[in-house]
Amino acid sequence: MSVVVGYALREALRRRVFLVVLLLTVCFLGLYGLANYYIFRDVASIQVPEDVPVDSRTFAAAFVDGMAMFATLFLGVVLAVFLTLGAVGGDAERGLLQPLVVRPLGRGSLIVGRFLAAATVCAGYVLAVYLAAMTITGLVGHWWPDRIAWPGVTLACAVALVAGLSLLGSVFLSSTANGIAVFMIFGAGLVAGLLGTIGHALGSATISHAARIAAWALPFEALYQDALRQITSRTSGLTGFLLRLGPFGGGYTGGWGVRLWAAAYLVLLGGATIAAFSRKDL
Amino acid sequence: MAAALSVRSLSKRYGRVVALSAVDLDVEEGQLVGLLGPNGAGKSTLVKIACGLVRASAGEVQVCGARAGSPAARASLGYLAELFRFPGWATADEVLELHQRLADSDGGVAERTRLLDLVALADARKRRVEEMSKGMQQRLGIAQALVGRPRILLLDEPTSALDPVGRRTVRELLEEIRGRGVSVLLNSHLLSEVELVCDRVAILLGGRIVAAGTPGELAEARGVEIETDEGVRVFDVARREDVPGLVAELVAAGRSVYGVRVLRSTLEEVYLEAVGGTTS
Repeated sequence: MSVVVGYALREALRRRVFLVVLLLTVCFLGLYGLANYYIFRDVASIQVPEDVPVDSRTFAAAFVDGMAMFATLFLGVVLAVFLTLGAVGGDAERGLLQPLVVRPLGRGSLIVGRFLAAATVCAGYVLAVYLAAMTITGLVGHWWPDRIAWPGVTLACAVALVAGLSLLGSVFLSSTANGIAVFMIFGAGLVAGLLGTIGHALGSATISHAARIAAWALPFEALYQDALRQITSRTSGLTGFLLRLGPFGGGYTGGWGVRLWAAAYLVLLGGATIAAFSRKDL
Repeated sequence: MAAALSVRSLSKRYGRVVALSAVDLDVEEGQLVGLLGPNGAGKSTLVKIACGLVRASAGEVQVCGARAGSPAARASLGYLAELFRFPGWATADEVLELHQRLADSDGGVAERTRLLDLVALADARKRRVEEMSKGMQQRLGIAQALVGRPRILLLDEPTSALDPVGRRTVRELLEEIRGRGVSVLLNSHLLSEVELVCDRVAILLGGRIVAAGTPGELAEARGVEIETDEGVRVFDVARREDVPGLVAELVAAGRSVYGVRVLRSTLEEVYLEAVGGTTS
């Protein structure tokens, strides 16, 4: 399996999509640094009334860091989808897959190898961008999240989950159809998360319940919320309340239940992908 | 010893379409068998089932005594697909190295050098696939199929993208491979090529084998042509054994005989007769 992981890693790093994502990332981090500069220059001059117990610096920093996490998730998902959208159907159509599948290595090992490579690249990328954004905010705004590493790891797991979904889709769909389908699922998850935030702000139990179901059905969204929750996990009072109104600090799903479910979900995805790929005529 | 490839009552359906129907075929050790047929006859499907890429609907296929698709069967074969591609970012050397590792071959650099030499790509060792011509990629594909010293090669249209010189190179390569005891199943549209190199030929039509045998067996006697001072005379029902008698009769009748040719149908004629003009 290590052969396939190595092959897929080299493929990921040498394809143009990786270069494009890197360029986009540099642009994003540059603009993010600029935004931080202006935000914290203005925050320094804001005079909050004494009877309003809001820490404007914490609020601004946590908000902008949450926004960076959203952007990181999005860029990570773009990378994950483009690395996996044609892993089976697309590669088979182009004739790339058949020479590999006829080798003694099993189809299961091939698909697991492809997943591990994509997950490694995406997780590494997400962690790097998350840490870079957090460092920018920390250096410019003198604010650090309540938890440093764990939110990044959670975010990386969310992207790995999307890579798993995309691999499963690649068994059944052409590259284009799979890419569209995965981005639509990703969008649906994000919308459900935003709805949940609105539901909590409005005090609507129905909307909150629906959003919670969506988050569990699409655990990458639940993991994203979990990551958001962690950066302000020890922020309380009015500042914490305002942050939880969202959209970049309003995570209401999280904890070990969601993380374990996400792991089980990934195993189920893997099993379904291997089963479907094993039965597919190439 | 088990046949290199043994196909028994093999059938394959894609929905309502019957791709193969009760096909029997054997490729013995060291034998080069040509598989002919129009487009859609089921040739590629048969090869893909033998490789484990496609599942059979019924019947049995064994590769070197192992069930087709099993790790043992896949370890015994080398395969070149009709429509294949290698990653454009990889060099020729990297492609072969990848397949060496996948095939668990311990040939190392020496094997890669030998294979690249064999397909006349020694100078393109460090060239990326995306910088190669289609013909070069085709030859690299053949080298890839030979990685790990397979006992049987399954080649689906291996010369489709090659120029005449490239085709000749491949033909010589196939003869050399056969000389080493490797069995080959060759799918090809090029009848002359099949006729030149194959020990046996099978013609598929509509998923069934409609003719099979050695090129000599398939090429039926079509009479004897004798050139005399009166012109060329054709004896339609005569065979090779009849030539001395015919010549004696003509000479006795005062004719001068300048040449004699025993007529046999070519593989192309056999093929056209078998497929009845079907093209796809």
